[in-house]
Amino acid sequence: MSKDKNIFKATWAYADAPESTDHIKIKKQYELFIDGEFVKPSKNKYFDTINPSNQKKIASVAEASTDDVDKAVAAANKAFTSWSKLSGKERGKYIFRIARLIQERAREFAVIESLDGGKPIRESRDIDIPLAANHFFYYAGWADKLEYAFPNRKVKPVGVAGQIIPWNFPLLMAAWKIAPALATGNTVVLKPAETTSLTALKLAEIIEESGLPKGVVNIVTGAGETGAAIVNHPDVDKIAFTGSTGVGKYIQKATAGTSKKLTLELGGKGANIIFEDAAIDQAVEGIVNAIFFNQGHVCCAGSRLFVQESVVDVVIEKLKSRMETLVIGDPLDKNTDIGAINSAKQLKTIKDYIKVGLNEGGEIYQPDCKLPKDGNWCAPTLFLNVSQSHRIVQEEIFGPVLAVQTFRTIDEVVEKANNTPFGLSAGVWTQKGSKIFNLTQRLNAGVIWGNTFNKFDPTSPFGGYKESGFGREGGLHGLRGYVKFD
Amino acid sequence: MSRIDIHKTYKLYIGGKFPRTESGRYYAVKDKKENFVANMCLASRKDFRNAVVIARKAQKSWANATAMNKGQILYRIAEMLEGRRAQFVAELITQGSSEKSAQLEVDRAIDRLVYYAGWSDKYQQFFSAVNPVSSAHFNFSCLEPMGIVAMIAAENQGLLGLVSVVAPAIVGGNTVIILASETKPLSAISFAEVLNSSDVPGGVVNILTGNADELMSHMASHMDVNAIVYCGQNQKAITTINELASNNLKRTIFHKKNDWLDTDCESPYMIEKTQEVKTTWHPTKV
Repeated sequence: MSKDKNIFKATWAYADAPESTDHIKIKKQYELFIDGEFVKPSKNKYFDTINPSNQKKIASVAEASTDDVDKAVAAANKAFTSWSKLSGKERGKYIFRIARLIQERAREFAVIESLDGGKPIRESRDIDIPLAANHFFYYAGWADKLEYAFPNRKVKPVGVAGQIIPWNFPLLMAAWKIAPALATGNTVVLKPAETTSLTALKLAEIIEESGLPKGVVNIVTGAGETGAAIVNHPDVDKIAFTGSTGVGKYIQKATAGTSKKLTLELGGKGANIIFEDAAIDQAVEGIVNAIFFNQGHVCCAGSRLFVQESVVDVVIEKLKSRMETLVIGDPLDKNTDIGAINSAKQLKTIKDYIKVGLNEGGEIYQPDCKLPKDGNWCAPTLFLNVSQSHRIVQEEIFGPVLAVQTFRTIDEVVEKANNTPFGLSAGVWTQKGSKIFNLTQRLNAGVIWGNTFNKFDPTSPFGGYKESGFGREGGLHGLRGYVKFD
Repeated sequence: MSRIDIHKTYKLYIGGKFPRTESGRYYAVKDKKENFVANMCLASRKDFRNAVVIARKAQKSWANATAMNKGQILYRIAEMLEGRRAQFVAELITQGSSEKSAQLEVDRAIDRLVYYAGWSDKYQQFFSAVNPVSSAHFNFSCLEPMGIVAMIAAENQGLLGLVSVVAPAIVGGNTVIILASETKPLSAISFAEVLNSSDVPGGVVNILTGNADELMSHMASHMDVNAIVYCGQNQKAITTINELASNNLKRTIFHKKNDWLDTDCESPYMIEKTQEVKTTWHPTKV
């Protein structure tokens, strides 16, 4: 390998390749979607949604009060009677329609997702939006086949599902929540995250166009208080939440005395394990994808790297070189690898953790990259010389910050990888088949990637062990959280 | 003169041994006519915590035992129980059952063990999936045990209630700590003797006797317990368990049924309740 660590760094700059925004329709103000109509919030309160790459306001979004949540739940309750009785075949047709409408407007959705959330257009265009459409396709097909999913049991829908989703994959998370709920005959009150409401509200437009009966899906925007109103509403029968472990624990506690069914998809601190017999170049790509995908705003991110001692020098050298080539900047530029941090608040959290890492004695590495002036930006960051007890090793940062440790034996790395309250994801890199399966069996996590990382598919169940939550989303197993047995 | 019979001392069952409670406390069990039957250990929080340490140690190797082996061990439990059928019937009668219902409960408990023994090498096939992802990856999902499951047994059927929740949890590779029925605890400790002679490794099933109101908060809040099963209808208990379980996001499973004779108590879905789904991806492109 060349000693010149800048060998990969292009001596020429990429020409700008911005995605056009001409075809995007964004209103100045967005209302709540309740009972099939866009309605003003009862307290007439609105909040701004900001473009995190330049801090400019994109639109005003309605803030749903407890009264508004009441109305949405009432609408969902009313709609449940006929929706749950509709045949699976007919239910499925509506869901297929929604899938098709997303495909038709995919580019518009991709651009809005990147504008509102800061993620690179390549990711929203090639991952978020197609996966969201595919998710509706997948579950549409289940609607009339549920008796094959649960042999020897008659299943019934749970009722009104209150769904609260995060800001890291806004439309995709809405799809993960709404599609299985509708396929199984439930009705929905969904709350998007306050920093990324737009694509959920555009989805409301699609739902209206699809002719889905009024009240089957209601979308209420707002922050934590709106979410709490859903969680604590007596007429909500199920809560599906994706977000932080702290809020997940609050929800389990808050619903303790109720019969609400729960699925929680929470935080993680995924171990990504590189053995000396791995294909090193592929593994380095895997490390980059594991932690820098979506600016590290990924609950299943591979945020703890474990490298076998014998190859640590070469892996770290290659990783640093690769990081030098990452393009950080305008989310709408097709060359961009790392976009904007979703919000100023999250940027502060990440920066605080970087300080903690430094104070704890970690050795920091950041590539020599220019960050844009306005907006929320964080350079991809490595921390070397850290150990299990460091906070940046134990706690979820939810940003482009990777903590690197080394190991010698399989037993040692399994012990270290499992030694966290989380259990969402893990990755293993080795060319030896038996080693892959030995590790994938012993790692305590709901999703394990062997020689790959951060792959998602509607057919593939996703969800955590331990404090990463419970229940699965995606695949046949994703139906279970939305049905009850007769 | 007739022979004086020998009374059994009932103790706890932890780690394949029969210790007394570390607390030295006891409570008396009486029969229907209020005659003294036996002193039972009134297990403490410390007994429970000791049992958790032992259950954690036993869990990995029990989960790694082959499905065939676990099935044979469950079948062995059934064989041992069948051999001591008369004793269990007599104990249930002492605790207030009619002869007919005692016989039915013991028979059903034996049959239930055989039922789950048979599931041992099948439930994985029933719940697993190969997922047809839209990329060049082989992707599959299968079940893994949650780990340590703390249980509060049904109050009214001292043997069958216990067997009905323990069998599906251990056949799936979990280890358990179960608090026996407070008023009908005799069969639970006699069942421990059955387990102890059935090749069930020590620590896989741990049985405590005592007071549910006292112990449930400790069971629900323990940070190294992965799931908690509560059999009963007490809404206050359910609320407390859910609240405390949120400390470490324990999975909570509630069985509100009164009668464990029901055949719907027997199903692979009972095994699924204490299982996690793990999904594995690997590229297929060379």
